Amino acid sequence: MIINHPLLGPRDSSEFVYLGDASLLNRPDWQADDALEQFIDYGHTRDNPAGLHRELWYHEQGDRSWLVVTRNTVTHEITSVELARDVARTEGRFE
Amino acid sequence: MRYSGFRVIKEALTGHRGWGPAWRDPEPKAEYDYVIIGGGGHGLATAYYLAKEYKQSRIAVLEKGWIGGGNVGRNTTIVRSNYLLDGNEPFYEFSLKLWEGLEQELNYNAMMSQRGIINLMHSDAQRDAYIRRGNAMILNGADAQLLDQKQVLEKYPFLNVKNARFPVMGGLLQARAGTARHDAVAWGYARAADQCGVDIIQNCEVTGFKIEGGKIRGVETSRGFIGAKKVGSCVAGSSSKVMAFAGMRLPIESHVLQAFVSEGLKPVLPGVITFGAGHFYCSQSDKGGLVFGGNIDGYNTYASRGNLPMVEDVMEEAIAMFPMLGRARLLRSWGGIMDMSMDGTPIIDKTHIDGLYFNGGWCYGGFKATPASGMVYAHLLATDAPHDTATAFKLDRFHTGHMIDEKGVGNQPNLH
Ligand SMILES: Cc1cc2nc3c(=O)[nH]c(=O)nc-3n(C[C@H](O)[C@H](O)[C@H](O)COP(=O)(O)OP(=O)(O)OC[C@H]3O[C@@H](n4cnc5c(N)ncnc54)[C@H](O)[C@@H]3O)c2cc1C
Repeated sequence: MIINHPLLGPRDSSEFVYLGDASLLNRPDWQADDALEQFIDYGHTRDNPAGLHRELWYHEQGDRSWLVVTRNTVTHEITSVELARDVARTEGRFE
Repeated sequence: MRYSGFRVIKEALTGHRGWGPAWRDPEPKAEYDYVIIGGGGHGLATAYYLAKEYKQSRIAVLEKGWIGGGNVGRNTTIVRSNYLLDGNEPFYEFSLKLWEGLEQELNYNAMMSQRGIINLMHSDAQRDAYIRRGNAMILNGADAQLLDQKQVLEKYPFLNVKNARFPVMGGLLQARAGTARHDAVAWGYARAADQCGVDIIQNCEVTGFKIEGGKIRGVETSRGFIGAKKVGSCVAGSSSKVMAFAGMRLPIESHVLQAFVSEGLKPVLPGVITFGAGHFYCSQSDKGGLVFGGNIDGYNTYASRGNLPMVEDVMEEAIAMFPMLGRARLLRSWGGIMDMSMDGTPIIDKTHIDGLYFNGGWCYGGFKATPASGMVYAHLLATDAPHDTATAFKLDRFHTGHMIDEKGVGNQPNLH
């Protein structure tokens, strides 16, 4: 698979390390009343869809940026690649 | 019909006209007491033990394609019980004991071959870890033996034991481990279940559940609605898809694992052997092909094919271990979708819906579990209580903190 890095252009996926579902960007609020339930869910349960999946890849053998890749888990087609930093910003989260 | 040596001779002399199909191809009935979703090894074994050991009747196995077309027909066929942790080892040893009597039990030649497995060790720390694992196995009634370098070389004289980075210091041997013919396991259970009255319904995909007042009523399928008092899901890599029909999210990711077969060679590998400095396992089939594999590709996928970086990685490990393999040609490779759980251990449990049960999260290791998985799942379905050897495989263990993490890598499925 080729990941089209927003800054570096097309790179082979073997330069990257895969973490998992991009919902991992949304770490729950540890002070919420149901923080325990939220963290169990955050840490362990996943949608695991067959189809479009937003996921985190880390460019370890490159510029060491975190990317949010939207990929089809049935065809492996990648439809969008964003810097995780930009995604977090637009979703109103601080770095 | 019972299979026997006498029968083979009789059929040979009468033109093989008496064999007949090994199982029926029934139309689905309107209702069953038990519906098992998934005609892989686990689903078929569950149906068989439900009918045979737990004396239940009106059982159907629903398979979306053909039985044995999933992971049970795609794996590298290694059967062993060399686990470390208390939640696992009694279960896998129970399974190995069932394997030892399986062919007589099913009256089917599953080509179970106890040719032994050696896990090679390459450092002092690994030797300590294997001594600990071997002791845990022995405490649970399994067999284990520590081999030094010389003893390993007696069995595998061509191993590159002097590799500068990963010298082979010895290995952990489980002599009772081995391989079995994967398809034959599915077919053997299917035939035996069919003879106990189980309906095996192929080309029947489950597309939804009917749930009323928190209780299961049946399943929607591509062949219409089928009523059921109890439903057990057993769909391996498709677990998240099927349980989503009941609104559940699971501690599971689906990943692809590839397997490889070389051209046929003369007998060279007497048993199963694994490389301890990476993840590589290899045996030789009775036809002569070397059957081997390594890690999962490492990203979520439902495509039953892998990518080239993992092919390269597996070949590198192969050559590091057996330099002579560089001369052999690779014939085929394929992939299967693994249900990778968050702690690397399976789940066999009830769900919050009355009458709906879940069996999955088998990762790379569910083939060896086939007989025990079927037996303990049948126990759970029939009695609503977990079997003695499977009390730890709970769905809520991520809430209670009782994870069973053999490798100790945490909630990162692509590292298990
Ligand atoms: C390449 C590879 C190598 C492996 N090597 C080993 C090994 O050496 N040792 C070992 O112990 N394990 C190994 N495994 C793991 C083992 O094969 C699996 O854990 C085990 O087979 C899973 O259980 P099963 O046989 O029931 O799954 P499967 O055979 O996958 O059965 C699940 C069935 O469910 C069906 N299904 C899915 N969705 C639906 C639906 N909606 N409706 C109806 N039916 C449905 C599928 O078609 C499939 O037939 C390996 C796996 C792979 C892929």
